[in-house]
Amino acid sequence: MVKWTEEERRIVREVWEKVDIDEIGEQLWARALIVYPWIERYFGTFGDIFTTTAILNNSKLAALGKIVLRGLDTAVKNMDNIKPTCASLSRLHYEKIQVDPDNFRLLAECITISMACKLKAELNPQVQATWQKFLSAVVEAMNSQYK
Amino acid sequence: MVEWTDAERNAIATLWSNIDVGEIGPQALARLLVVFPWTKRYFSTFGDLSTSAAIAANPKVAQHGKTVMGGLEIAVKNMDNIKAAYAKLSVMHSEKLHVDPDNFRVLAECISVGVAAKFGPSVFTPGFQEAWQKFLAVVVSALGKQYH
Repeated sequence: MVKWTEEERRIVREVWEKVDIDEIGEQLWARALIVYPWIERYFGTFGDIFTTTAILNNSKLAALGKIVLRGLDTAVKNMDNIKPTCASLSRLHYEKIQVDPDNFRLLAECITISMACKLKAELNPQVQATWQKFLSAVVEAMNSQYK
Repeated sequence: MVEWTDAERNAIATLWSNIDVGEIGPQALARLLVVFPWTKRYFSTFGDLSTSAAIAANPKVAQHGKTVMGGLEIAVKNMDNIKAAYAKLSVMHSEKLHVDPDNFRVLAECISVGVAAKFGPSVFTPGFQEAWQKFLAVVVSALGKQYH
């Protein structure tokens, strides 16, 4: 189980409070699909996802962005139980959606970049360290049901 | 050889012309030392690195951050031959400094976070991020090239 100091818990909560789920949800897919275009493979039924403009206007991606961030919200609210909280999601991504788990790390990176853009100087080294520790715990939990 | 589109060259040139190396360099190194603390191992002669405040105030960290950005400038000016331009730097990091090359990737990540935090979403768009991260990936690869 991941151990959190009081300071780390406070930082994760404060950072999360500043996240606008709609705004970051859109941005993270735009960044992931443009910077790591092989991810397009998973979105064959989503229509036009091939330019930044198309991605930002794509309602299916917007909806999925919100779903991902709501999942993160659940992890923020269950910081002492991230692995069991994410277990069924991990199994879903492994068995049904068949996502290469390396993409969880890449998506986490895009979330961090989106938040750096939003939070600017507030995402100082200390805050970045805590936030990335949290995302690593989530990524590890998403990997946990893969064999 | 790496192929660059005009859009990518423009993105790198635009970002680089607006980057204050005295600001981003020290910040990137501070981020590296705080977020990935095992990297402190390489800087045992730098004095106090025990807290993020100490790291932020450490003049050797600041100076080295600027040195790293100077290295990046070489890549910006030699985008069509970064591998050759970095041959000596790669040998130095491998044979003299004994840096685990995985740390180049991690430093590149810290530089990107600093650049994103500086420019915000309207400048550091997905397209610019793609070009910037591609550029840093080429730099990271060139730095690792002379390792054996």
